[in-house]
Amino acid sequence: MDYNLGPEQLTKIEEVLQEDLMEMGVHCVIFIDMAGNIVANLDDGEIKHDVYSLAALAAGNFGAVSAMAQMIGEEDFSLLFHKGEKESIHFSKVLTDFLLIVIFGHEISLGLLRLKVTESIEKIEKVLKS
Amino acid sequence: MSFINFKKKEVQVKIVYYGPGRGGKTTNLEYIYSNFKDRIKTEMVAIKTQGDRTLFFDFLPFDMGKIKGYDVKVQLYTVPGQVKYNATRELVLRGVDGIVFVADSIEVRKEQNLHSLKNLQENLAIHKKSIFKIPLLLQYNKRDLAEQDIPLLSVETLEKSLNSKLKVPSFEASAVVGTNVIQTLKKIMSMTIISIANQLK
Repeated sequence: MDYNLGPEQLTKIEEVLQEDLMEMGVHCVIFIDMAGNIVANLDDGEIKHDVYSLAALAAGNFGAVSAMAQMIGEEDFSLLFHKGEKESIHFSKVLTDFLLIVIFGHEISLGLLRLKVTESIEKIEKVLKS
Repeated sequence: MSFINFKKKEVQVKIVYYGPGRGGKTTNLEYIYSNFKDRIKTEMVAIKTQGDRTLFFDFLPFDMGKIKGYDVKVQLYTVPGQVKYNATRELVLRGVDGIVFVADSIEVRKEQNLHSLKNLQENLAIHKKSIFKIPLLLQYNKRDLAEQDIPLLSVETLEKSLNSKLKVPSFEASAVVGTNVIQTLKKIMSMTIISIANQLK
């Protein structure tokens, strides 16, 4: 999993995350690679999560879930969703090596979020391939 | 692989503590955590089974300060040492930049050390990395047990059995007491940073 991202690509990715996800009212967006490194991270300024630990656990968790997928004959599960009482987390795979993590409150509907996540992934994939 | 964010001027480095079960990998991290609490802003993450064995991994993020204007963030991981958890070990090695192999000095653990080192080589190969090229050092742990008359492997024996082909730096250590734990960490950090700097050239 070797990749290089230039400052321009990073700026574009952050713009997509800001416009498509932060502006709909999510609390935090973390874009990571599968090694657990943080590529981009935006939040609403109100929450202070330990994003480095979150990224490490998310990458590990996704790896474990991928192994489960293969056991039942699936190549992979492309998204994961953990629902909490106040905060929920949505994970989706981007290409083979990246993961988009969105933390959001109960005021946002899961359907709308999934739609927006799908849209932003399409845009991010274009940036990553450029 | 390390992630270098040229925009934020930040480098993220992944160092993994590898080795046989009950060898002291988690104890290394716990000692580092207790010693640098003022510099580590977050809690150490440990996912353990009931018997206090590492199930998934331990994780400790660590701010190393600035090098040539770049903020260096080191992420320390351990793997579960037990043989049956190989899938997890392989997973944690993804994107690794440097490895500390924590060998158990107790005499009866000689074979377990060898198996674990061989397993490391195999798992690195899955990620298309060579054990001979990645920054690696050996830590001969539990040296303090000699005082309790527990039969230990001599350093010469350990060197011959584990390091004759690798020829990497090695440290005698005691993770419980803290002997050479910080020295081990400093050495692997400098080896890893030099290796990353060379890749960038």
